Amino acid sequence: MPETAMSDENSFSQRFEIRGGDFSNAGKPSTSIKETLQEIGIDPAIIIRASIASYEAEMNVVMYAQRGSLTLNVTPEKLYLRLEDEGPGIENVELAMKEGFSTATEKMREMGFGAGMGLPNIKRNADELEIFSQPGKGLSLDITLYLNSTG
Amino acid sequence: MTLKEIKEILEAEVITGHDRLDQEISAAGASDLMSDVLAFGKPGILLLTGLSNSQSVRTANIIDAKAIVYVRGKKPDQEGIELAKGKNIPILSTKFLMYRACGLLFSHGLMGIGVPGA
Repeated sequence: MPETAMSDENSFSQRFEIRGGDFSNAGKPSTSIKETLQEIGIDPAIIIRASIASYEAEMNVVMYAQRGSLTLNVTPEKLYLRLEDEGPGIENVELAMKEGFSTATEKMREMGFGAGMGLPNIKRNADELEIFSQPGKGLSLDITLYLNSTG
Repeated sequence: MTLKEIKEILEAEVITGHDRLDQEISAAGASDLMSDVLAFGKPGILLLTGLSNSQSVRTANIIDAKAIVYVRGKKPDQEGIELAKGKNIPILSTKFLMYRACGLLFSHGLMGIGVPGA
């Protein structure tokens, strides 16, 4: 369940905590976000793109970071997803954006992830993706989807 | 092709979704890699996979897959089954290996997902 959910007439937001290494709960926040977007009547094509980006970003936190958070913010024009984590960050963002590049462990691969598709998948589904990496400290991702276009 | 036909072709056991076997499936995709499913999956597909943890069900739900077939006799864990029930995603389990399961469905006319440029 979201830690906080706030709304006013112009925006709606939800925030979830993510625990690093917690594979059994991985994906629950993104599943919940998908339900929320369905409830508020977002275009199904945008919901799928947002859900995929959210899920991949969430898995990144579970796989690599100690802890993190996922915040959804929806305005009449845009849908934002902000992922913030405390973890190793990414040393070379350009390299991490290449499909197939991965530093995943065997355990991550057993879960069906860690094949170097995460960030490229997020970028493909987002209208805008901003990556702020502080190697050794953490990573944040700002994912934006415009609600009035199909991207 | 209906899920019931898929069940018969694959000699599959229905784990959940007995009441939804009349659903029509027009395309399928197969992978053990959930990132690939997220990259290439399309709404309404049948997902064939050998990955039996609950991430497979979460992934199917995220992409709006219509049903899941687990190959090589695999079955999801209880958490996966509960999630599938809650999301109305039927789950089948076949003893066939991935290659054979896909081959059987394809030869009976169930197409794969279109790949741009291919």
